[in-house]
Amino acid sequence: MSGNRVAVVGAGMTKFVRRAQETAKELAWEATHLALESCDMTLDDIDAVIIGTAPDAFDAVHMKSEYLSDGCGGWGKPVIRGYVGGGTGVFAPIQGWYHVASGLFDTVLVVCEEKMSSCQPHPQGAFLTIFDHTTERPLEPNLLWIFALEMNAYMNRYGLDKRDIATVAVKNKRNAADHPAALLGDANITLEDILNTEVLAWPVQRGDVSPVTDGAVALVMSAEHVARRVTNKPVWVEGVGWTLDTAYWTNRDLSYPVYVEEAARMAYKMAGITEPRQQIHIAEPYDPFDYKELHHLEGLMLFDKGEAPRAAADGVTQRDGDLPVCPSGGLLGVGNPIAAAGLMKVAEIFWQLRGEAGARQVPGSPKRGLAQAWGDLMQVGTVIVMGV
Amino acid sequence: MKEYVYDSVYLRSKDFEEGNVLFETWDPNARYAWDAGVAIGRYLQGLKAGQLIGRHCPECDRVLIPPRMFCETCFRPTDRWVELEDTGAIITFSRCYVTWDMIRITDPQIPAVIEIDGASPGMGIMHMLSEVDPDEVQIGMRVQAVWKPAAERIGAITDIAYFKPL
Repeated sequence: MSGNRVAVVGAGMTKFVRRAQETAKELAWEATHLALESCDMTLDDIDAVIIGTAPDAFDAVHMKSEYLSDGCGGWGKPVIRGYVGGGTGVFAPIQGWYHVASGLFDTVLVVCEEKMSSCQPHPQGAFLTIFDHTTERPLEPNLLWIFALEMNAYMNRYGLDKRDIATVAVKNKRNAADHPAALLGDANITLEDILNTEVLAWPVQRGDVSPVTDGAVALVMSAEHVARRVTNKPVWVEGVGWTLDTAYWTNRDLSYPVYVEEAARMAYKMAGITEPRQQIHIAEPYDPFDYKELHHLEGLMLFDKGEAPRAAADGVTQRDGDLPVCPSGGLLGVGNPIAAAGLMKVAEIFWQLRGEAGARQVPGSPKRGLAQAWGDLMQVGTVIVMGV
Repeated sequence: MKEYVYDSVYLRSKDFEEGNVLFETWDPNARYAWDAGVAIGRYLQGLKAGQLIGRHCPECDRVLIPPRMFCETCFRPTDRWVELEDTGAIITFSRCYVTWDMIRITDPQIPAVIEIDGASPGMGIMHMLSEVDPDEVQIGMRVQAVWKPAAERIGAITDIAYFKPL
């Protein structure tokens, strides 16, 4: 591991809701002050602030992180915004890590906020600019197309059907029933419930998709000498990785996320992980769509290519399975406020490794976990490995 | 961790319809004119002439579509234009029953990624399929561009009206 040791020492979040009355700043403040309270710190203990928030166009606010900064405790401090689209929620704590690992700062706040509900009639309107303005947008694309095209390519490559994939949505929505911040938790949902939802862009059905959500999450990250003083349960950052694939998405192999594999290799190398299937005890891969959890588990090399669906069907990824995956309930269950959703996953690993996940706690005292997110032009992978 | 979750106030549609909450709206008037650039400019000229055009990388020997003046893999200038076929094979497709703002449509749109003949393997472009039963579309199916009449072509990706099965 390069650099000084860095631990996550505190976390807080807001409930994820379809539309929050609170403004973006108010949501950010609620999450931030709870994160500070969780480790008995005040803003005076904070040396720098990292803010993660996705497109300015969601809020139609120029320099959205600067607008948010007072809710994030940023006034009078060094502040930076990292923005890698959907990958932001895992990239922000990576930035937090190198702020501290470099020796420049002792303690930083990492705050991710998203308020998707302001964009009318649908936040997709702000997302459509992901398509090339000259070669694609004249075809009047729908954002769902990218996911539907990728999901179909994945299903076709490995001969999967919808039942193989919808088990992920069932698992995550059930897991989310135990998450106090969840928007779509449902302890009784069944495979048939998911398979019977309306078709949006085949093979994507309503039940395969995470919801439009508002919410915020905050972490406190500290250097070792501070971490040991403020908590007896620091959760160490052991490895980080991120990488981009080509922006020409129609030229990529849509059935395999090579950008996730490359990010994972970087993080595993830093963490000294040579056998991820033995050494990773709990995983929070990015699941904005159910097939993406499976896709990403394969990219993370936790399952062979095309094998994650079978493992999911066999219960391996259940909370009490051999490799608990998205015990939080993930984006499909807790909700998907873009940047905040990724940081929620990192917070879940923090709580799980400390044994503080309550009804969601996975058995067997996991010692090492990872969180991963995906975004940009659908071609960034961001991975963080944490351990106790 | 429950004590570190703030209970956000969940607003419903009726809160807005019934005037229970105060809010402000904005309808931006933002217009853009994008320069096509060197590679895509030539691509659009080709489309106007009823021809798909790619670009060759001398380093990795790939023929790239959409064309580009540099290869992002080799980070070298590409060296020549390559006239491609207007036929290809479906890499992946969808049947879409909603508009971007989630209004349902009856006849599905069929977007697809189509690997273009004459370009390197895996070199696809996004376009639409038509003149086909949506339930009959298969990955690997051979398709051909249906061009708009020459007089109606303007130098845009929509000069190809859609692709149809061969």
